[in-house]
Amino acid sequence: MNARAARNVSWFSWIVIVIGAIYFLAPLVGTFAYSLTALRDQLSFAAYQRAFADPKFVESFVYSNLLAVATIIASVLLIVPTTYWVHLYLPKLRPVVEAISLLPFVIPAITLVFGYIRVYSRPVDVLGIDLIPPLLSTSASTNIVLVAGYTVLSMPYMYRAVDNGLRAIDVRRLTEAAQSLGAGWGTILFRVILPNLRTALLSGALLTFAIVVGELTLATFLGIPAFGPYLQQLGQHKAYEPSALTIVSFLLTWVAMVLISFVTRGDTRSAAGTH
Amino acid sequence: MAFVELHQVQKNFATATAVENFNLDVERGEFVSFLGPSGCGKTTTLRMIAGFEVPSSGTIRLNGADVTNLPPNKRNVGMVFQSYALFPNMTVAENIAFGMTVARKPKEEITKRVDEMLRLIHLPQLGNRYPYQLSGGQQQRVALARALAIQPQVLLLDEPLSALDAKIRVSLRQEIRAIQRTLGITTIYVTHDQEEAMSLSDRIVVMSNGRMEQVGTPFEIYNFPKTQFVASFVGTLNQLQARVSDAASGKLDVEGQTIYAAKPFEKMTGETVAIALRPEMIDLDGSGESEENHLQGTVEDTTFLGSIVRTRVRLRDSIISFDTFNNPNLTLPRASEKITMSFPRDAVLILEQNAAPVQA
Repeated sequence: MNARAARNVSWFSWIVIVIGAIYFLAPLVGTFAYSLTALRDQLSFAAYQRAFADPKFVESFVYSNLLAVATIIASVLLIVPTTYWVHLYLPKLRPVVEAISLLPFVIPAITLVFGYIRVYSRPVDVLGIDLIPPLLSTSASTNIVLVAGYTVLSMPYMYRAVDNGLRAIDVRRLTEAAQSLGAGWGTILFRVILPNLRTALLSGALLTFAIVVGELTLATFLGIPAFGPYLQQLGQHKAYEPSALTIVSFLLTWVAMVLISFVTRGDTRSAAGTH
Repeated sequence: MAFVELHQVQKNFATATAVENFNLDVERGEFVSFLGPSGCGKTTTLRMIAGFEVPSSGTIRLNGADVTNLPPNKRNVGMVFQSYALFPNMTVAENIAFGMTVARKPKEEITKRVDEMLRLIHLPQLGNRYPYQLSGGQQQRVALARALAIQPQVLLLDEPLSALDAKIRVSLRQEIRAIQRTLGITTIYVTHDQEEAMSLSDRIVVMSNGRMEQVGTPFEIYNFPKTQFVASFVGTLNQLQARVSDAASGKLDVEGQTIYAAKPFEKMTGETVAIALRPEMIDLDGSGESEENHLQGTVEDTTFLGSIVRTRVRLRDSIISFDTFNNPNLTLPRASEKITMSFPRDAVLILEQNAAPVQA
């Protein structure tokens, strides 16, 4: 490639980057600017102060964070062993599991939540025996259904992250090496596999966190006072506070991303060490 | 009683038989290699000993105990893989200590053993490094130390040198043998490299299509191959078809020329038999002392290989190659030149046509 052609490519790259940046940043900048105009004729953080002062904000935000943590734990417990097993013993089933993990993209959350309401509003019985009590009858047990629902919704992201992480290491050989050294399944999973999936799990956890904290449909229809419904109600009644909270949500996500890249820096050894 | 016993071991996968009727006894402290091409069943057999595969039939005994259905983590068998399989999240010392921490050994014992192992593999300063900070050869040495640290009953090595470059392969090969001799550990080694198997092993099991072709010392395998497969896989033996002219006197007809085998053989006169001629025992006529057998042919080409020069000679249909030690005054035959080769009777090996399972 001659110098002139290289210069043209370089210009083109910059144009694409600038257009992309405008596309992504303009709404954010607009929202941020709007959130500063809560007081007439001056820029201020009044909308932020008012939003933070609302006890319902703290309540719903903490609630959603707890739900997110529970969802991450449930996702890890469900998806890591499943994906690991598929990688190890059932590699031919990988496309099937991948297709299943994508179902939340096909089946909308509204369908899922009405399915839950239909199934769990009454006892789940098999041959006249009540196997599961009506989970939606108490708020505590409703949380279980909600976390299960969030686990399903976050499945495409968590599965993909874990699957990519497992592809980066020689799962079979590492497992066999550990087995030959006397390790059982628990030791292999917790001391060999999970530590090597650290980056993948953090990425999956971040995405799960982002989905759960802002989720609206499941929480609304199950009547849970989560952050998503709170933001939606706020948007119906207030003008500036929703913008302020949107910016806060973005900032939290970015902080989480910075933390992840900080925690996982120099983690390229995971892949390198297996070759 | 042998230390490792494989009795009538068979492994079938969905559509194929990977290992068939495998019988082998390995003595305590012995170094045995499974040698054969890809897909011959050598790795599958090793994996059955390790417990990663369960035999479809037959039994495997370690030190007298039947381990056929025992899970791999209960066998106390050390395994070294081609891809090293070091745990990337652990340092070298942690990798070596892994088996002992799993077994809940006291901390002092683990530290002492790790130091011992690091010295054994000549990497005493690298305990705090991560696998990605080591070269391939160093990683494989750590993998060896990790497998040895648990003081296994048997050490299994699955093509451990295949991923390394030629020079390191040779030095690590010598190191493996030295360590094995020092520790006196019973070792089974899988390789497709005949030179590796020859230089390391007390005995070699040559395998093909899931079956044992021949079991013997490297000397026996190289000098007295029993089957055509062994002859073709080990060394550079010339294989020819000959017609038995007189079985009692060992007289054979090779493409219209007469040669003699050292011993009479159990074939009917007129039958076709596969024979092998060792290239290093063939001389240009007059250049050697052995002139009992002669074959005439036309030189196809000569290849300079450093310390030796290989000459390929066409008989009528077949080609024979023979080696001459290089020296500056060597006069090489030219292409298309007609020459006579001579060789002693015991250079002629009679081969079995088909591989048959061999009892160890």
